[in-house]
Amino acid sequence: MASNDAEYSPGFWGWLNKRLPVEKFVREQLLEYYAPKNFNIWYFFGSLALLVLVMQLLSGIFLTMFYKVGDTTSFDSVEFIMREVNYGWLLRYLHSVGASAFFVVIYLHMYRALLYGSYKAPRELLWLFGMFIYLALMAEAFMGYVLPWGNMSYWAAQVIINLFGTIPAIGPGLVEWIRGDYGVADATLNRFFSLHVVAIPLVLLLLVVLHLVALRQVGSNNPDGVEIKEHRGADGKPLDGIPFHPYYTVKDVVGIGLFLTLFAVVVFFVPTLGNLFLEEANFEPANPLSTPDPIAPAWYFTPFYAILRAVPNQRMGALLLLIAVMAFFFLPWLDRSPVRSIRYRGWWFRGFLAAFTISFGALMWLGLRSAIGGYVTAARVFSVGYFAFFLLMPWYTRWDRVKPVPARVRFHA
Amino acid sequence: MTDAGASAEEETVDYGRRKFLTTATSATAAVGVVFAASPFVASWQPSERARALGAPVTVDLSKLEVGQMIMPVWRKQPVYVFRRPPELVAKLGAHDNRLKDPTSADSEQPAYAMNERRSRRADIAVLIGTCTHLGCLPKQRFEPGDAQLGTDWPGGFLCPCHGSRFDLAGRVFNGSPASVNLRVPPYSFPDEHTLLIGEDGADATQGAA
Repeated sequence: MASNDAEYSPGFWGWLNKRLPVEKFVREQLLEYYAPKNFNIWYFFGSLALLVLVMQLLSGIFLTMFYKVGDTTSFDSVEFIMREVNYGWLLRYLHSVGASAFFVVIYLHMYRALLYGSYKAPRELLWLFGMFIYLALMAEAFMGYVLPWGNMSYWAAQVIINLFGTIPAIGPGLVEWIRGDYGVADATLNRFFSLHVVAIPLVLLLLVVLHLVALRQVGSNNPDGVEIKEHRGADGKPLDGIPFHPYYTVKDVVGIGLFLTLFAVVVFFVPTLGNLFLEEANFEPANPLSTPDPIAPAWYFTPFYAILRAVPNQRMGALLLLIAVMAFFFLPWLDRSPVRSIRYRGWWFRGFLAAFTISFGALMWLGLRSAIGGYVTAARVFSVGYFAFFLLMPWYTRWDRVKPVPARVRFHA
Repeated sequence: MTDAGASAEEETVDYGRRKFLTTATSATAAVGVVFAASPFVASWQPSERARALGAPVTVDLSKLEVGQMIMPVWRKQPVYVFRRPPELVAKLGAHDNRLKDPTSADSEQPAYAMNERRSRRADIAVLIGTCTHLGCLPKQRFEPGDAQLGTDWPGGFLCPCHGSRFDLAGRVFNGSPASVNLRVPPYSFPDEHTLLIGEDGADATQGAA
């Protein structure tokens, strides 16, 4: 063992590192982790997602200290937090605005992957872990939405749980099993609380670790979509790479500063963001005898909600909603283009991506409107635009006339 | 360790036996996991208390006027109980071509409610008030020729969530996201002015004339 001691510096630092690889971890993960030097604004959202996760965990832990789960206590305890707990309103608004901010950041983070082909080989698993994070986040957000036990909470639970009832044969039994009663009730609220504060956060953390480990294994993509590992200098370091620390840690801190400024403006001045982040109907206690009119889910689910309502058949509607979410999982195999980045793709891909972007935004808006007349017709048109992006991808990415990709990243300091 | 020692050891290892034992142990463990998981899965079923609270509900009909609706709760679900005007009941057969399931063949109801008006008695309708699409409460639109729903609207219900439309017998109109008619719970009339929701009663198999 004496020979090994020479590897460690004397004193406490050496003693510690012989027992816990702190220095090794920092060196490998930060100082000698080379990221492409041409990252742009789209590369802020990964670290921002991590920041929001930590903020949600913190504000959530404190809300749990004051919240009382139960069909007769939940609503009152949220009002108690809002009116009587010191800075309770801040804890609650941080958490509710944080939920929306999470989806803003995640949607932009995912869109970055669409722009620069970050899901393509060898980053398929990285993309899949990210998609599982997105699914876990949807479940987490939905269950959190139910906890205040307002009237929107109740009816959101009713509608979403009933979606499982459209599964042939096992549907009705499954719905009763999820609710734990003949209707959405105290039993449902209690199990959602348990899942929201314990089970799903644990799953989320595990998935985030897997996402980051996979990222370290394959390395980050970049706006040019070229592999920096293919061009190394004499010292073995990628020529187009720069150490994550200090270059990107400092860059991310700037992003965090900008983000927190915007976030604080919303939290302090417009916490409900005009009915979008917190809905009026949810300031009314759950009432099983009265459906809010009109009813709409939180804004981050409305594209899928609009697709569900656009189909005049129950089972098909639920199936299309499922496909709309799951389609993202298959992107690495649907995309047959030889290039990754939109910079070198042809007009076929650009056109379909533009149609998809417009459709997604339009469906998001339509999902907040009532399901009558022209709104339903429009939702059908934009649903076609949404699904065409995925379903026709194996063909239009092959027809696309791509531009030659440079060997090295383009970078003007 | 010498090469000779290593190869001698290899000769004594029965790989077939090792593989069999590994597979058998894994399979036994998998069965154990399923058994261990079953109490956790079963704990999500409605509790004994929830089951006990699902008992039949008695409703007094003596004060229910024509065109009026009351909403008793049975098994956490609002039940729509309303007295229909005879002239609208008579017209229930007039719009069969606009319905998805006019004979209720694909819908859920007791045998005695599987008729055109989906009820035991012509006047009293008893329907589970949750939309068969995704469970919202359809709103009353009893007035025929409703301004929003068109001059040919025969009176019925409109779901505020996803726009499903139903007639006064709870039958779903074409173009609605719901695919089947509103459900009818088991019910009976112990006497003329009393409704018992949740129990078929003695004459369960007979449809009222």
